[in-house]
Amino acid sequence: MNKMFSKPQPALCGPGPHCALNPNGGCAADPLRMAPCPPGSSCLIMDQVSCAYGETRVVDNVSFAVRPGELLCLLGPSGCGKTTTLRMAAGLENPVEGRIILNGQVVGGGGVHVPPEKRSVGFLFQDYALFPHINVLANVAFGILDKTQAERRERAMEMLKQVGMENYAEAWPHQLSGGQMQRVALARALAPKPMLMLLDEPFSGLDKRLRDQIRDETLHVLKSSGVCVLMVTHDPEEAMFMADRIAIMRGGRIVQIGEPEELYRRPAASFVASFFGEVNRIPAKVKGGAVNSPFGAFPAPGFKDGDQVDLVIRPEALSLELGDHGIATVLVSHMLGRSNLIHMRVDSEQGAPIHLHARTTGPLPHIEGARVSIKLDRSQAYVFPAEDQSDPEPMPEEVQAPPPSLGSFC
Amino acid sequence: MTETAAASAVRGSKLLTVLKGARPFGAGSGWVASTVFIALLVGAPVAFILAHVFVSSGDVWEHLAQTVLPLYVVNSVLLMLGVGVGVMVGGVGTAWLVTMCRFPGRGILEWALLLPMSMPAYVVAYTYTGLLDFAGPVQSAIREVFGWSSTRNYWFPEIRSLGGAIIVMSLVLYPYVYLLARSAFLEQSICVLEASRTLGRGPWKGFFKVALPLARPSIAAGTALALMETLNDFGTVHYFAVDTFTTGIYRTWLGLGEPTVAAQLGAVLLLFVLALVMIERVSRGVAKFHHTTTRYRHLPGYQLRGWRSLAAQTFSFTGVFLGFVLPASVLAWWSLRHSVVNLDFLPMARNSFLLALVAALAAVAVGVVMAYAQRLSPMPATRAAVRLASLGYAIPGSVIAVGTLVPLGMIDNALASFIFEHFGVTTGLLLTGSIAALVYAYLVRFLAVSFNGIEASLAKVTNSMEAASRTLGQGTFGTLRRVHIPLIRGSLLTAGLLVFVDVMKELPATLIMRPLNFDTLAVRTFTLASDERLMDAAAPALVIVLVGLLPVMMLSYAVARSRPGGKS
Repeated sequence: MNKMFSKPQPALCGPGPHCALNPNGGCAADPLRMAPCPPGSSCLIMDQVSCAYGETRVVDNVSFAVRPGELLCLLGPSGCGKTTTLRMAAGLENPVEGRIILNGQVVGGGGVHVPPEKRSVGFLFQDYALFPHINVLANVAFGILDKTQAERRERAMEMLKQVGMENYAEAWPHQLSGGQMQRVALARALAPKPMLMLLDEPFSGLDKRLRDQIRDETLHVLKSSGVCVLMVTHDPEEAMFMADRIAIMRGGRIVQIGEPEELYRRPAASFVASFFGEVNRIPAKVKGGAVNSPFGAFPAPGFKDGDQVDLVIRPEALSLELGDHGIATVLVSHMLGRSNLIHMRVDSEQGAPIHLHARTTGPLPHIEGARVSIKLDRSQAYVFPAEDQSDPEPMPEEVQAPPPSLGSFC
Repeated sequence: MTETAAASAVRGSKLLTVLKGARPFGAGSGWVASTVFIALLVGAPVAFILAHVFVSSGDVWEHLAQTVLPLYVVNSVLLMLGVGVGVMVGGVGTAWLVTMCRFPGRGILEWALLLPMSMPAYVVAYTYTGLLDFAGPVQSAIREVFGWSSTRNYWFPEIRSLGGAIIVMSLVLYPYVYLLARSAFLEQSICVLEASRTLGRGPWKGFFKVALPLARPSIAAGTALALMETLNDFGTVHYFAVDTFTTGIYRTWLGLGEPTVAAQLGAVLLLFVLALVMIERVSRGVAKFHHTTTRYRHLPGYQLRGWRSLAAQTFSFTGVFLGFVLPASVLAWWSLRHSVVNLDFLPMARNSFLLALVAALAAVAVGVVMAYAQRLSPMPATRAAVRLASLGYAIPGSVIAVGTLVPLGMIDNALASFIFEHFGVTTGLLLTGSIAALVYAYLVRFLAVSFNGIEASLAKVTNSMEAASRTLGQGTFGTLRRVHIPLIRGSLLTAGLLVFVDVMKELPATLIMRPLNFDTLAVRTFTLASDERLMDAAAPALVIVLVGLLPVMMLSYAVARSRPGGKS
């Protein structure tokens, strides 16, 4: 969808895609690199920003820049620090370290704290936060200051028209549906012509069907206003739909930042790969600089012999072919709408059988119990350090291999 | 990604949900400073009283300690014991009957039981004295019927006694216990009570073994509040000549002219108050713990029939009748007969209304500042300041008066001599006996009343609404003016009304601090009654009661809506 909008130019300065080369996140932006930055080249720069509540670092040394006209999305599981980062940009939280630069001006950090009302940012809240005591028009006009009454009204009506809510100007917030409230909140946040829009899970309150439509409309409104946007979501699909670039966060740090396709095709960490969808994870040991698997050997550059690694394979990288000499047995297959999910067992000579998922399109093959051979698209298979099993937040989509019980599939 | 970092992030996110929005986002330190300033101002009288514990007052204290102090202690303790038992029996009994039992008249009783709250104790004391003393209609009727002529012929209980004070105060203060016990009973899970019945306990045993222990924290909190009012009372004990701390302070101050000793008496009284505040705080904390659900379930109720129903009705209606219906009717009757022609109480009514209005406005304004500052920056300093400032509701009016007047007198003297030295003008005392000083004393005493309501209603403004206003260009003050105040307007009115009524009723502080020849309705009622002109006191007293009915009606309406099985 975002292909229909012109892509912004690559960053002239500030921490750019080179962050992606550092898989551990914590993109170490060199402040000196930013110094010659011409003003206005980035509308928001977060420069090694940290935020802590007491002893707990909620945001830990985060750096990124939002370029003019760009929509950057902070993506991550709940509690990864993305909302705190957003609130710091708005001035609703204070960084304990680092600097926040808004349009070439330091607004936060280093003893500076420009309060939110002086920052010229628009904030779209998860619960919309419409003021219940004033009508829709007054809500939208709330932030338009230093203008005459008539001008304020005109500007507010113009914004309502943009979001298709001009017929509801005199309505009260409690009379609106969720989608309508979201539109009014968007109009209200954009009405003062902010330099930066901040969106905090703006679609999570809407039901699925409405969400797609509102998401589309919001993207159009934002893009046509040309404002740069920093958005927070936990939904990878939403991030890919909306964002020009995505910064994926975990544990208060940025793990990888880049264009959606880059994150999907070249994940810098096992976490990134699995966040964009269910993956097959095959634990293995490095031997002779490579990983052995039922699909042959994979080079494992950067690992020592004996290192415990995970071979991560996307389910859509596997294509199946019926044949008695195949290495896998189909356990069960499910039709999921646009795709089918095939559960398979591969008996490996090394030990426990491996449980694999394959995602196929087309009609559902009823091939339970059949032997299949598997062809692998090697560009969608990655070798990462073994994922810590005591991870406090395992991705629900992940397939743990081998599965605890095969019986449930049969 | 290390495990600890991820784990700490998870912990952080939990913390975040607690703290989110409660973080100071550019809260000007002005808000915090003004809260601390208010707290110091409100806390000053108490601090002053406590500081006097260590000031030597020479022989006077010794003299008092040997003569009247033991009497004050004994009377105050007996009064508290008596009123404590009275309000618990009345409050818990009626609360249990109307929430758990079904009998005719229950629906009316539910709200009518609150009516005595509108009666100041001293007004009830005056009415009963008028009814029951030697010249009153009751004794006159007895004498007439039996042909007696003097008290030598018969015995009649003396209403103007410690026992009379206990009865009068129990009659008007039991609604505190009733209210809290009622909501505690409503919140109790019916399952617990039914479990106790299936385990072989009858309804009576269930009440004593299950319901009462569960409601104990609420009952304790309600009783503590009632006892604070008991300690604060001046009009009743003064009229009944029961010497307690409040009358002692009044007499030491105005009679003996010994401010230091009055302050020291106040300090001893504060010990009692402190104990009550502790009881109230602790029990509220426990009561919160028991609060498991906000939805009221339909209570099955024990259907009472025959004599049981009659007994329940009699018990419950007695409180309403003796605490409100009878005294209010008597007041109305006396007013009609004696004082309607005599409208000299109108200037006092004007004084009362103006004072109450100014005090209510001040209390609401200051309450808003404190509640908003606490919301903007919930730092330990602000929280401590707010706690200190809201302690005033527990401090008896007489103590506040003394704690205010003595330092004001000092400032006045210093000011007067300064002006005299430098300008050669004799100013007299500028602050003492001024309306401003009186309003200040009211503020100290009733700030908590407005603050608590405002603080609770500020929850209506969500954190994101506040953040939205800030990102839309409004500062803290603009946000308060354009978002918070319009949203909590109703609660501001309620808070103002509560303070208004409390000021109308207030007696001891007004009596001690009022400007010369400045009478309010309460003061007028008091002086007329002291002069044994009870009939003439009826009209101003009736006005106080009628105004006092307003918040009680609001409360009754809220109570009626929170009926079991009603909407949550």
